[in-house]
This record gives sequence, C-alpha cells and structure tokens, in this order.
Amino acid sequence: MHARADTAASWPEEIFSILQRFEVRQVPYVPDAGHSELIERVLGSSSMRGIALTTEEEGVALLAGAWAGGQRGVLLMQSSGVGNCINMLSLVQIFRLPFLTLVTMRGEWGEFNPWQVPMGSNTQGILELSGIKVLRASHPNEVREVVEAGAAQAYNACTPTAVLLSQRLIGAKVFTK
Amino acid sequence: MSKANLLDRRAVVAELLRDRKGAFAVGGLGASTYDIAAAGDHDRNFYLWGGMGGAVMIGLGLALAQPTLPVVVITGDGEMLMGMGSLATVALQQPKNLSIIVLDNEAYGETGGQSSHTGGTADLVGVARACGIGDSRSISTMAEVEAFASSLQDVTAGPRFASAKIDGANLERVLSSRDGTYIVNRIRGSIGHTPI
Repeated sequence: MHARADTAASWPEEIFSILQRFEVRQVPYVPDAGHSELIERVLGSSSMRGIALTTEEEGVALLAGAWAGGQRGVLLMQSSGVGNCINMLSLVQIFRLPFLTLVTMRGEWGEFNPWQVPMGSNTQGILELSGIKVLRASHPNEVREVVEAGAAQAYNACTPTAVLLSQRLIGAKVFTK
Repeated sequence: MSKANLLDRRAVVAELLRDRKGAFAVGGLGASTYDIAAAGDHDRNFYLWGGMGGAVMIGLGLALAQPTLPVVVITGDGEMLMGMGSLATVALQQPKNLSIIVLDNEAYGETGGQSSHTGGTADLVGVARACGIGDSRSISTMAEVEAFASSLQDVTAGPRFASAKIDGANLERVLSSRDGTYIVNRIRGSIGHTPI
C-alpha cells in the first residue's frame, strides 16, 4: 500500500511514452511497488518486452546483449537492487553501453523500515562510483523532463544514466497490521 | 589429473562452431572464452573477460534482439553457478533461438583448480530442467556434441541447455581481443548497425 500524491497526469504513463519515443525494446525489471504501473504498461505493450529477473544484475548483462543485437533497453529496479548490480556494472563502461536505469528509491523521506536505509543512502554514491550519471525526480511535474533528459543522454550520447525516482514522489510505503 | 572418458574442451567448442553459419557465440569469463578464440576469431564472437555470471543473460538479450539467428552461450561451471537464476529468467522468456552449453570440469580452472559445486552435489542439468528449460541434457560423447551443434541451428525449438563433462587439464590460453567496445561494435557491424 502506497500513499500516492494526487496528480493530474500519471507520471508512469509519461515515462512509458518517453520509452516508446526512444524505441526501447527490452525492459528487464525486478518488481517494485513504485514501478508497478509502468511494468503493467510495458507488459501490455506490443513494442516492448518486459523481462522479469531473479536479480537486478541479470538486467545489466541482458542490456549488453540487447545492445550488441541492435536493441535499446531500460532496467527498472528499486534502490536496493543497485547494490546487487555492482560488479556487472563493469559491462556498462567496458562496452560503452547506452545504459539507462530508472530506480525507485527506498530508505529516505519518511521511511518506516530501517533495513532500507543503508542501501538507500548509498544508492547515488555507488552509481556514481560505477561511472553512471545520476539524475533525480522528486515531484510529479518534473518526471517527464528528467526522464527525457536521461534517456536522451543515455541513448544519443552513450552516457550511462540512472534516474532516481525519489520516495517523496512515490510515497513512503505504509505498514499496517 | 585427467580422467578417462572426459571430453576435450577445445574439441567440443571446435565442433560446436565448425559449421556455425550466422550464429553468435558468447563465451563466459575464463577458459571458455579462450576455447572460442581457439576455434577461430569471428565477428560474431562475444568474448567475456569479466562480468562473471552474466554470460547467459547476454545471450538472452542478444537472442531476443535477433530472433532469427542462433545464439549459443558457451560457459564454464563456475560462471554458470554464479548466474544460476538466469536459467529461470531464460525459461520464462522461452527464446527459441538460444542454446546454452556448460563445459563442466568441476573446478575453477582460472584460479588454481579449486573444486566447484558440480563436482560435489550440484546438478546443473537438473537445475535447468527444473527452471523450465525442457530440452536439458548431459553430454558425454562427441556424437552428442555433434547433435547439439546441429540442433542449435534450429531457431524454432529452443531454449536448450547442455552440460558436457570435460577434461580438467589446463590448456594453453588462446587470447581473444579484450577491448569491449571493439567486440560489441564488431558484432553490431555484422548485423548492419553503424557506430553512433
């Protein structure tokens, strides 16, 4: 259960449109509540293939293969998944991949679960140490602009980019008995 | 240290790629990359010098992007054990043009020959089958290697998985290019993609 901010337009829908426009074909993901609407759109799409992973690092390797085969992709994951990717992110630099990942944040902004905080606090640093540029969207009205910029620099300039979708945007997970 | 009746890894890989036609070959970190290089350099060879555990997923991304061309992942038992979850991911996608073969010497040859789990209790063919790759088999003869080599050309009946028990002898390294952008851009060029 997520408490979501009221918005006129759905930001996951805006992200989906951007991915369509950039001709993204492979969308590996480990499910996250914050990505649930986007994942549903991808799985219902005829031009994109949603690929469920057992661990996020699989998605990094998958996107290397996709690029070699001439397709663009985007990795959808939660902040804790960034930690699972660290060694595999070597591929992003080694192959100079047009790498884009959209990361829903936990462990910040009203977090209930302390176990999310260590990785959430280190997500941006780990990405940057791995050679990936980090952008962040914290409000619904900036998602489109930030994801568009991220996709453009990743796909047009082969500049690996992560867009962090902050917990302030998604809403802190509500735990009730 | 060699045991009787184990296959020679270089002979296995040479046979797999002898009549490869348009196939892509992905080699896992370690000796399997040298085996692919030893079989002859090719613009559709995807050599890995790192990213341990990622070979099958690279093969999957390539197979989904190029569904009319065969993709064969040739890797070792240690590399496969590290990416075992990717067998479940492959099974869920059912890429018809993807074949995976593990060269199983039951050891980490690159690091001094320490025993791997497949020399003890782990059965990778059982894992692949249980994950949902229906065509999963053990290979112990060159005739079976030949049959697997011809089946991988069939892009309508995958995914398929095989494990071949190979001789553990450390062979002379045959070094491929280790420049990642060269390797990937050469593959992309072979299917008509120009550099950005």
